Amino acid sequence: MPAAIKAIGLGVASLAFMIAGTMLGPRPAVAQTSFLNVSYDPTRELYRAINQKFEEETRPQGKKINIRMSHGGSGSQARAVIDGLDADVVTLALAADIDEIARRTNRIPSDWQKRLPNNSAPYTSTIVFLVRKGNPKGIRDWDDLIKPGIQVITPNPKTSGGARWNYLAAYAYGVERRGGDQQAQAFVAQIFKNAPVLDTGARGSTNTFARRGIGDVLLAWENEAFLALDELGADKFEIVVPSISILAEPPVTLVDGNVDRKGTRAIAQAYLEFLYSPTAQAVIAKHYYRPMKPDAAAPQDVARFPDIKLVTIDQFFGGWDEAQRKHFADGGIFDAILKSNR
Amino acid sequence: MSEAPKPHRPTTEARWVRVTTTLVSLVFLGLFLVLPLIAVFVEAFRSGVGAYFASFQDPDALAAIRLTLMVAAIAVPLNLVFGIAASWAIAKFHFKGKSLLITLIDLPFSVSPVVAGLVFILLFGAQGLLGPWLRAHDVEIIFALPGIVLATVFVTFPFVARELIPLMQDQGTADEEAALSLGASGFKAFWTVTLPNVRWALLYGVLLCNARAMGEFGAVAVVSGHIRGETNTMPLHVEILYNEYNFVAAFAVASLLALLALLTLAAKSFLEWRYGDAIAARAAH
Repeated sequence: MPAAIKAIGLGVASLAFMIAGTMLGPRPAVAQTSFLNVSYDPTRELYRAINQKFEEETRPQGKKINIRMSHGGSGSQARAVIDGLDADVVTLALAADIDEIARRTNRIPSDWQKRLPNNSAPYTSTIVFLVRKGNPKGIRDWDDLIKPGIQVITPNPKTSGGARWNYLAAYAYGVERRGGDQQAQAFVAQIFKNAPVLDTGARGSTNTFARRGIGDVLLAWENEAFLALDELGADKFEIVVPSISILAEPPVTLVDGNVDRKGTRAIAQAYLEFLYSPTAQAVIAKHYYRPMKPDAAAPQDVARFPDIKLVTIDQFFGGWDEAQRKHFADGGIFDAILKSNR
Repeated sequence: MSEAPKPHRPTTEARWVRVTTTLVSLVFLGLFLVLPLIAVFVEAFRSGVGAYFASFQDPDALAAIRLTLMVAAIAVPLNLVFGIAASWAIAKFHFKGKSLLITLIDLPFSVSPVVAGLVFILLFGAQGLLGPWLRAHDVEIIFALPGIVLATVFVTFPFVARELIPLMQDQGTADEEAALSLGASGFKAFWTVTLPNVRWALLYGVLLCNARAMGEFGAVAVVSGHIRGETNTMPLHVEILYNEYNFVAAFAVASLLALLALLTLAAKSFLEWRYGDAIAARAAH
């Protein structure tokens, strides 16, 4: 046999050997129940902690549970579930993305948001500003974002849930302080004019701002801003709380069509209910999400959340269905803004 | 009888032109290739050797390495077989639609990998052409190993064939005809004549194919589903670690990918140095 063919054969054989080697590692002897939680971008640390607690709680009942996680921009995650990603539960950034799954697949009933307490949001958050230490550009409120020469970092509302909350918070400020819808639209357009890049997800934007040093202010989930201080240095950044922001409600739900097919409904339901338990609520506050039941959390964790005037999507924007249609759908206000800024 | 041509240098440009062009390309290479490569290793070892190797004990990192090796181990042999078959057919036979076939083989080079991934979603996704049937029969393709392999095969499709076709065409069919006239069967002629003739180019193509298969990001990202420890290949895992502020681990896994690339490069240079003549026949591309 020619040497080269021998070499190729050897290469393939050694590759196969390597794979066999990695696969023969210790395997769990107990049969596992496993389910998949498809979540949005900044919840990685939160769900790692919650999953660990859930596994601890269910272990005495003799169950070994393997919770699989998938993270990404909320919109693209919803798209993946629509395209067949086998999620048992979805924990996304906003109701509109779950509505989208319900509408396009029939795997989630349309009244899903009424199935769990607090609009199916076990935790809430809001939108704050992250600026560089010492606030060199003197950014105090939304008005400062439209000043010439200020670079605003936000992800793209088309793909990112956090970005849609950013947009709506700015819009609410525009309506409240500038007099109406038209003024608000012009105001938001000016903010996006100051945005040099639009990442697809919240974490991408945080990295753009914090690691790559681009921009003067990052519009971020409150939890994401706190985490950035923790991970990347409280000596490098500081949080600025605007005068008005939005109550962001990231909801959770079962994907009925998938759990019934796989027979995982009971465990997935228990997992979602666990999110409302005192144990999970304490973990939630610890990871800088605002717990639905602050009493269950450590007081010093709850004390970290600043008081902000928060508008809600239901009262201010008539619910996600309408907000989505009016602002973010193709041909909506956001598209018009991008077009006019071009 | 004409005079023998005088030996002269192949280029007549002035010395400063040659020096400048060489310098420019060296600086360019250093800036865009060597520097980033060094940066990867510097970042990976930032917290010491211990932290570097600890990164590889994380089960998710191991799962990503395992998945990447598995995908390459399936995709590369598939493209090896396909590449030999296609180039053999194209170089040794005449048939209608030959140029169309060559164009099709080149398609993955010109299609964006993301589009390639989306095509598979359109075909096999739940809303796609075959999605409902697959779901009814409990066959998982997208967001599982088969989808990742498909995307990788698509992207690495041309590497082996592109390497072999020009060489085989150059060699013509004379050797095979001789073998056949001496009574060899078609298969024997292929095995003892055609294949040995192209062996080094073949190995070269396989190396390139393997490097791309392990490093592919775009197409795989679309069909992966990003399930931790399950459908994340090494390049995807690097992105995840980076996004989780786990920079040392991110660059450690990245350095492993870079090492693979360097090994490939070394093997390729060795082949070129040792068997340059055999490979030289391939057309530039």
